[in-house]
Amino acid sequence: MMEPFDSDAGGAKLDLQSEPMILNIGPSHPATHTTLRFRTVLDGETILDLEPEFGYLHRGFEKESEAATWTQVIPYTDRLNYCSAMMNNVGYAMAVEKLCGIEVPERCQYIRVIISELSRIIDHMVCVGTNMVDIGALTNFWYFWKCREEVYKVLEELCGQRLTTTYTRIGGVMADVPEGWTDRVLAVCRGVIPEGIADVDRLLTRNRIFIERTMGVGGITPKEAIALGFTGPCLRATGVPLDLRKDHPYMVYDRFDFDVPVGEAGDTCDRYMVRMEEMRQSLRIIEQAVAGMPGGPVNVDDPRFILPPKEAVYENIEALMNHFKIIMEGIRVPAGEVYSATEAANGELGYYIVSKGGGGPWKIKVRPPCFPLFQGMPRLVKGHMIADLIAVLGSVNIIAGELDR
Amino acid sequence: MTHRKDGAPGYLLSTLDALVAWGRKYSLFPLTFATACCGIEVMGALGTHYDLSRFGAEVVRFSPRQADVLLVAGTVNYKMAPVLRRIYDQMLEPKWVISMGACACSGGFYNNYTVLQGIDKIMPVDVYIPGCPPNPEGIIDAVVQIQKIIETGAPRAAERWPGTR
Amino acid sequence: MSRVLDKLAAVFGTEVVATHSDFGDDTALVRRDRIVEILVFLRDDPDLLFDFAMDLTGVDHYGEEPRFEVVYHLYSLEKKHRVRIKVRLPEDDPAVDSAVTVWPTLNWYEREAYDMYGIIFRGHPRLTRILMYEGFDGHPLRKDYPKEKRQPTIGPEE
Repeated sequence: MMEPFDSDAGGAKLDLQSEPMILNIGPSHPATHTTLRFRTVLDGETILDLEPEFGYLHRGFEKESEAATWTQVIPYTDRLNYCSAMMNNVGYAMAVEKLCGIEVPERCQYIRVIISELSRIIDHMVCVGTNMVDIGALTNFWYFWKCREEVYKVLEELCGQRLTTTYTRIGGVMADVPEGWTDRVLAVCRGVIPEGIADVDRLLTRNRIFIERTMGVGGITPKEAIALGFTGPCLRATGVPLDLRKDHPYMVYDRFDFDVPVGEAGDTCDRYMVRMEEMRQSLRIIEQAVAGMPGGPVNVDDPRFILPPKEAVYENIEALMNHFKIIMEGIRVPAGEVYSATEAANGELGYYIVSKGGGGPWKIKVRPPCFPLFQGMPRLVKGHMIADLIAVLGSVNIIAGELDR
Repeated sequence: MTHRKDGAPGYLLSTLDALVAWGRKYSLFPLTFATACCGIEVMGALGTHYDLSRFGAEVVRFSPRQADVLLVAGTVNYKMAPVLRRIYDQMLEPKWVISMGACACSGGFYNNYTVLQGIDKIMPVDVYIPGCPPNPEGIIDAVVQIQKIIETGAPRAAERWPGTR
Repeated sequence: MSRVLDKLAAVFGTEVVATHSDFGDDTALVRRDRIVEILVFLRDDPDLLFDFAMDLTGVDHYGEEPRFEVVYHLYSLEKKHRVRIKVRLPEDDPAVDSAVTVWPTLNWYEREAYDMYGIIFRGHPRLTRILMYEGFDGHPLRKDYPKEKRQPTIGPEE
C-alpha cells in the first residue's frame, strides 16, 4: 500500500493551493499495455510521486520450468518477451549449452544470429509503433506493422508459428532453414523493412510535434541509470555504449561489422533515435550473416542431446530407445550453475540456471531487461506532466510477459 | 419492447428486431482486454494485412461502457481476475465475450498456483478461439461467429448460463 | 582462481567460505554477517568496480541444510567482468541484510525474493509482496509449495 503523501517531502511546493490528488492508472488502460499499473500522486497535472505495480501477468514461469524437462522449457521462454520470442529461445539454449559444455556448429550460430537480429527489428518496431500510438501518431504503427507481417512470413516458414516460435533446441535448432529462405530474408531486409524505417523516419524524426513531446522528457544521467540497473537501448540512450554483442561477443558476433548507437540525454527522443539506428545496424548484421553463412550440419553430433532422425527411429531399436529416453526423461545435463547473458532487444537477458543433474532444471531465474527499467519509472517521470508518463512508458518498452514471468 | 400474450413478438417488432440486429452486427465495438502474447496478434488483426474493419469491428473501445464485445486475449491470473470481472460487469447489455487463446480458454499450458484455469470460471463466454496464440484469422472467425449469434437471435452465453451471472 | 576471487579471499579471509569458477563463472560463497560490507567493497574497489547489480534471486535447496540461498550477480562496466556472490541461509531464520543502499536496483529484486521464497531482507525500506496479491498465503517458489495449489481471489474454489 502507498504511504500517506507528505506534501513537504523534498521541499516540493504545490502549484495549486490544494491537496495532492492520487490517481490510479491501469491495470486495464490502453496506454499501460494492459497489465501495468501506476499509482500517481498529482499536483494538478504534475507528477509528484509514482508507484509502479505489476504482477498482473505473473504466470509462474519458474514453477512451471521446475516441473518440466530441459526441452519442455523452450516453449515457456517464447512467452517471456513475446515480441521477440526467438531471442529468448536463443538465450535459453545458450545457457543450457554452457552448462553441458557443448558448442553448436557454425551454421547454427549464423542462423541464430539472423533470427535474433530479425527479432530485434520487429521488437523495436512494436516499441516505436505503440509508443507513437500512445502519443497520438497512429500512422507509424501501420507502416511498421506491414514490415512485421513480412518478417512473420519468413519466421513462420522457419518454424511454423508467427509469434511463439520454439525454434531452438539444446545443441541446435529445430530444423535447417528451408530452400531459398536466406534469399527471402534478404528480400525483406532490402525491401519492406528499410522502406518502413524510412517512412517512419520521415514522419517523425524532424517532426516538430514529436520533438516537443519527447525531447527532454524522461531523461536520466548515466550514473543513475547504472545504479538502477538499466541496460539495452535505455542505457545506451544515456551515452553508455554497453552492448554485450560488442563487449562480450557471443555466437559469431565478433565477425560482423556494426556500430553501437548511443544517445546523449537519455530522454524519450534519444531512446527513439537509438532504436531506429539499431534497426539499421541489425540489417547490416543480417546482410553479413547471410553472406557468410557456411554449409554443414545445424545440430551438434551428439545423441545425448539431439533426437535421432525419424527414419532411424522407425527402423532400428537403438534409435527408438534413444528417442524414447530423450522424450520421456529429458536430456541429461550435469549438475552445476551457470549465468548466461545475451543482448536482447530491451537489454541484458540473463538466465541463471541451477541443475542438480537429471532431466529437468532445479531452478531457472530469468533476469528480464524490463524489470529494472520499470523500477526506474518514478525516477524518469517525477516532475513531468501526466501525459509525459505515457510517452516515457512507451519508450522504455515494458513487456509484461518478461516483467512478471 | 411489447410482446403478444403468447410471448412471440408482433410482426412489426420482429421485423424491427431483425433490422436492429442487422445494424448491430456490422458495428461491433470490441474492448480488447489484451494481457499477453495474444494481444500482439490482436494488433495484427487490426493491422493493414488482416484488417478487421472489413467486418465492422475495428473501432476498439477501451471504456467498458462503450463496448459490446469483450475480447479477452491472453493469460488471466488470480491477481487480474477481479479486474476482468469488474470490466465485464461494467459493460452494458447486450454484451458478448470472446475468449482468445489457450490461456484464456483453459489456462493453457500454465497449470499452476497463479493462473486462472479459463475465464469461463468467472464469466459466461460466447466464442472460444483455440491456438497459442491464434492467428488473426481466428479473431476474424470469432467476430463472424458473434455476428451469426446476433443475426439469428440465438441466446447469448449470459442468458444461457444463469448460474454464472 | 581468478583475480576477483583472489582479491576477495585476501581481504575478507574466513568470510569467504568457498569459491569456484565452474563453467567460467566466478563464484564465491560468503557468510551472511558482513554481506553488505563485501558488496560495498566489490562496488568501490578500484580493481573490481562492480557498478552493476544485474540480478538477485533466491534458491531453495530443499532437503539440504542450510536450505535457502541468495545469489547476487554483479557486472563491471569498466573492467568487463562478472562475479556471483552467494549466501546460504538456514530454514528457521532465512534473513540477510538488505543491499538496497548499495545498489537501488536491488529493491525490487529483494521484494521478489521475499515474495517467492520468504527470505527476509533486514533493513529493506518496504518488504512487501510484489508479484502475488495481498492475502496470498505462503511462498510459491518454495519446493514444498505444491505447484497446483491455488488461492483464488474470485470464482469457485478448485
